[in-house]
Amino acid sequence: MKQRMITLASSLAVLAAALLLWQLILLVFRVPPYMLPSPWAVARAVGARLPSLETAFAITAEEALGGLLASIVAGIAIALIFAQSRWVRRMLYPYTLLLQTVPIVAIAPLILMWVGAGTASVTLIAFIISLAPIIANTTQGLVSVEENMVHLFLMHNASPAQVLFKLRLPHAVPSLFTGIRIASGISVIGAITGELYAGSSRVGEGGLGYSILYASSQLQTDYLFALVFAATVLGFSFFFLVMFFEWYFLHRWHESARTPEVE
Amino acid sequence: MTREFTAPEVEFVGVTKQYGTGRAVLEAMNLAILKGEFVSIIGPSGCGKSTVLKLISGLAMPSAGTIRVDGMTPKNARETISYIFQDATLLPWRTVRRNVGLALELEGASSHRREEKTRALLDLVGLRTVADAYPRELSGGMKMRVSIARALATSPRLLLMDEPFAALDEMSRDHMNEELLRLRAEQKWTAVFVTHSVTEAVFLSTLIVVLAPNPGRIFAALPVNLPQPRTAMLRTSPEFDALVGQVSHTLREARSQ
Repeated sequence: MKQRMITLASSLAVLAAALLLWQLILLVFRVPPYMLPSPWAVARAVGARLPSLETAFAITAEEALGGLLASIVAGIAIALIFAQSRWVRRMLYPYTLLLQTVPIVAIAPLILMWVGAGTASVTLIAFIISLAPIIANTTQGLVSVEENMVHLFLMHNASPAQVLFKLRLPHAVPSLFTGIRIASGISVIGAITGELYAGSSRVGEGGLGYSILYASSQLQTDYLFALVFAATVLGFSFFFLVMFFEWYFLHRWHESARTPEVE
Repeated sequence: MTREFTAPEVEFVGVTKQYGTGRAVLEAMNLAILKGEFVSIIGPSGCGKSTVLKLISGLAMPSAGTIRVDGMTPKNARETISYIFQDATLLPWRTVRRNVGLALELEGASSHRREEKTRALLDLVGLRTVADAYPRELSGGMKMRVSIARALATSPRLLLMDEPFAALDEMSRDHMNEELLRLRAEQKWTAVFVTHSVTEAVFLSTLIVVLAPNPGRIFAALPVNLPQPRTAMLRTSPEFDALVGQVSHTLREARSQ
């Protein structure tokens, strides 16, 4: 407990030092506020424009979460197909690599064209970008079951369904969570990137990415910073949400899910 | 334990096992294991000890020859066989209780029967107090007890064990050996036990089969006529020492083949 307090205090000290340095740079180099606003101006912008920040935050959160949940469902389903045979994996795996390597900014305009501007295309972009890590990790978990465990099931005349549901799927849960953890971060990035292109179907109202674009065009740099801050908070919330579920489901039996000890 | 008047539980006739086109792992093996026997299979590494168990269980098929278990093909006989692996192979996401119940669950036993049987077995192997613990909270010896309890849950007539105590320290291993004999006295299964340890083989067995490598084959079959029931005291007797000496000697000869 004392250890934790010390860690917290030193983290806060780093934050304070960074803010101080920021302020110092402004004073020494006389940076105009439209280039770099002061920490105080950013805080003021957060306070003054809280309702619109909240709206933008909620829109992006919804899109990223929708994309993430869809990618979990689809990713598990695809991994189950992949787990059926090595042959299926060899045949289809290159395409999941494709999914991972195609730059999302390159296909975003296409999706915008096909689906139309607004929440639907942004959710779709978040879904596409977060799918690959879930497929890859879940498949790995499904197929990496120890041979002896499979033998044990066979010795007791287990059906293929029993091997799948009582052995392979529970065995894959820790890897699934690894996939979700990676996907949760990039689903937020995907949603914000998507909004830069497919921002909003209504003028003046959109998610964080859309608002960032808008704020920069208006040179509202303090609000821009406030939006970046909100995007960071969103990323963190996703990360901790996933961490919580991972802990909840795994802490009793799996080593990796124990609360990390502070050194 | 007399060897007359009992039908073979396991029978190998001219069994050869070969992977691909390489050298045979086992060649032309003939072996009859009688009901109620405790047979240990011992031999230098690479002589196909584990393969014998894989063949009896039907997890591997022979390249030539026939195998009968209780008069049936290995796969058809599976209901009467339990297999204990070198590592405890417990499902880490299940509690001890649910691990013990696994085999019964797979075979479709009612939850009532499963609970009853599981409780009795946990008592039998002395794990009642850790019934709701997860495997990672247990010591190596306790994990192996869970594994044994799970294997016994289906009331097998034939128990296959692949170096189950290899990872334990000597004290725990001796203790587990005594426990195993106690369980056997109550439940009367036939056992085929693969081990590297001569003392373990002598202590447990009614028959020790020594294999020689390249290709794997039976080098000698040594009956162990020590009195039953066997207790820890037996290990300090001169007859025990003499047999350990004899088996060790045979094993050295097999290795130099």
